[in-house]
Amino acid sequence: MVSDLGPYLAEHPILEGMRPEHIQLMVGCAENVRFHPEEYLFREGEKSDRFYFLRHGKVSLELYHPKGGGAMVVQTLGEGDVIGWSWLFPPHYRNLDGRATELVRAIALDGACLRGKCEADHELGYEIMKRFAHLMEKELQAMQLRLLDMYAPTH
Amino acid sequence: MERAELGHLIDVLQREGREVVGPIFRNQAIDIGPITTEADLPIGCVDEQERATYRLTRNGSARVFGFSEPAASFKPYIFPQRQRIAAFRREGRGFVDEHHEEPIPRLALFGVRACDLAAIAILDRILLEGPYVDESYRRRRESCFIVAVNCAQPGGTCFCASTQTGPNCTFGYDLVLTELHAKGNHRFLIEAGSPDGLEILEHLELSEPTDDDIDFARRQREHAADSMGREMNVHGLTELLNDNTQHSRWDDVASRCFNCTNCTLVCPTCFCATIEDTTSFDGKQAERWKRWDSCFTLDHSYVHGGAVRVSSRARYRQWLTHKFGTWKEQFGMLGCVGCGRCITWCPAGIDVVEEIEAIRGSDEKVREEVDHG
Amino acid sequence: MHQLTEPAVDVAPSPDVMLPHRFRIDKYRKDTADTFTVDLVPVNPDQPFMYQPGQFNMIYIFGVGEAPISISGDPATAPKLVHTTRVVGTVTTAMRGLGVGHELGIRGPFGRPWPTDHARGHDVVLVAGGIGLAPLRPVLYHVLANRSDYGKLVLLYGTRTPADILYQRELQQWRSRLDMEVFVTVDRATPGWRGNVDVVTTLIPKAPFDPLNTVAMICGPEIMMRFAAIGLLKRGVPANHLYVSLERNMKCAVGFCGHCQLSREFVCRDGPVFPYDRVRDLMMTREL
Repeated sequence: MVSDLGPYLAEHPILEGMRPEHIQLMVGCAENVRFHPEEYLFREGEKSDRFYFLRHGKVSLELYHPKGGGAMVVQTLGEGDVIGWSWLFPPHYRNLDGRATELVRAIALDGACLRGKCEADHELGYEIMKRFAHLMEKELQAMQLRLLDMYAPTH
Repeated sequence: MERAELGHLIDVLQREGREVVGPIFRNQAIDIGPITTEADLPIGCVDEQERATYRLTRNGSARVFGFSEPAASFKPYIFPQRQRIAAFRREGRGFVDEHHEEPIPRLALFGVRACDLAAIAILDRILLEGPYVDESYRRRRESCFIVAVNCAQPGGTCFCASTQTGPNCTFGYDLVLTELHAKGNHRFLIEAGSPDGLEILEHLELSEPTDDDIDFARRQREHAADSMGREMNVHGLTELLNDNTQHSRWDDVASRCFNCTNCTLVCPTCFCATIEDTTSFDGKQAERWKRWDSCFTLDHSYVHGGAVRVSSRARYRQWLTHKFGTWKEQFGMLGCVGCGRCITWCPAGIDVVEEIEAIRGSDEKVREEVDHG
Repeated sequence: MHQLTEPAVDVAPSPDVMLPHRFRIDKYRKDTADTFTVDLVPVNPDQPFMYQPGQFNMIYIFGVGEAPISISGDPATAPKLVHTTRVVGTVTTAMRGLGVGHELGIRGPFGRPWPTDHARGHDVVLVAGGIGLAPLRPVLYHVLANRSDYGKLVLLYGTRTPADILYQRELQQWRSRLDMEVFVTVDRATPGWRGNVDVVTTLIPKAPFDPLNTVAMICGPEIMMRFAAIGLLKRGVPANHLYVSLERNMKCAVGFCGHCQLSREFVCRDGPVFPYDRVRDLMMTREL
């Protein structure tokens, strides 16, 4: 089962070009998961070490807001995206709710497991950090563009 | 042609039903205005032009064209400062075109210098020779008869020899005059540049020019070309300006520029115009007016939400870069004819020749020739 | 020399290009809080009027003035005209106050169109932001009407909030078609919104098209267009297959008045649609 995930991880856009031995090290921390619509991948405030490579389906990142009983959708993510930063930084608490809005298939990585491997193999650690830093930069830029409120009325 | 025949030429043009406009003395300067007799011409006037300086004196000379370029160009006569371009009447929930047609005077532009001829050719290129034709300009332009004059007296701010638009008239006229005034001899060389011009010549009393006349005219032309008040290196200006949009000189000139729009108003090639809509008090009549505009105003670049060129730096850069750079990309020619009016009439004393040279002198782009060298 | 977009349709020139033709409002719809759409028919039914996707008209409101507004209808239904506009100035405010049966003046069509010829045989990717969908809609009509001439058809559309989404019913119809892909996203979600939440550029990496064989047309705020172009380039779309539509002050629409200049370009005449590589640097020079 575990050995089957290698090819799936290797073809994920974020991990493109990663050396096979590094992929294999990651596979050791990986697990195939699925979530049904309306199921939560995680909840705000949870202590969690997991993160997800999305293979299929959509996930809504939300913050509960008491007015109107609903949630504010911060961002939606889908196929090819990575969800979850909290595994990287102590104390590893979730800042958002992650809710599946359709059937979601993903590869979940055990953060503690991968952190251990990164500490042991800094070359793997550097590869992963580079890719996550790039991901964060892209997310930050998207946030900046949204913050500009580009389509706002001009008068 | 004898000097005395000049008045006759004006008469002939008027008898042809033309309104003659040319250099006149007005408001302590030489302006362009109506001429009914040769006495309206600023005979014996001599001007002194420098940056932000214009001084006119009468030296008692009999010379008719003893001054350099007039304060105004002929532009207002072919491209009016303000003109009605349409009129509509409300009718029910719609409107009807009143089909107004402004009467176009039959003009004779008299005493047009080479720089202003070149400026007219530039306006022709823009308003007549592109994919669209400016109808009101076309009608005005086609009704013009042009009597040019070879410039014998370039002013202190002139640089038409650099822009290769003068001082001699080589095209674009119906008649061209060369004033020959020396040692008691006062005559005009007159040449036709069009069939209309030839026709006018038939009404004048002319004699064949002598070899001396022709030689004098040649020497005068050469002398004029050599006595330009200024000189500008126009080589590679488009690239120079396009590559230096961030040059610190723009800040420097912006700190001196008042954004008064004078340069664009006296410029014989500035063609920016805006449209104004007006309605009658009862709301039943509406008119559309076209009037000169200037890239030095904030409104010029206004897009909903604000102006694009907010800073004075950007507006000056637009003007200079357009005139000397992008104009060439747009119309295949420089937008400047070297008449120097923008230098004379800038109240801040900004000199385009100096600004261009300042940028060239500290070009922030390493040129390719240097790269490969 | 840079490549230009295709020349405008050869329309018999009006005797005076500054004189508007009368059109009557045939339909009026409010699209969103600050946008509306009018269908216009010529008062003189013999009035010839043809246009290409991406061209614009100068719309004259009696006594108020003129504004440049892109044509957002189906070019095949000319001389009927459809204009979707946002209320941003005196002309569009006055226009909103008009109703069915009222007349307005039209000068046009002006400008260079979207590259529907260049796009033939390619996948067509349209990236629209906000009101930017309106000038792109004629491309959708054209491609759908000539479907076999084109590869995949993908619309990536971003707006501020769900309430700002234009043409909602039509988007539903397009989304249900098997021969095109529609992705919509909003910058800010509101309760009840079940779609994507993120900036429109984030749709680019995931959209189904063959980058090397794609022509992309981008329309929206300039910042959005710049970042959309970067996203498309990253996907591998060649720079000379990207097109943008620019907006500047316009008074005459024929290159006479000087207002719309962007360096060497007259946006009215050389644009509004430009090959991206021709205006890339100009778009990034401040206050040009």
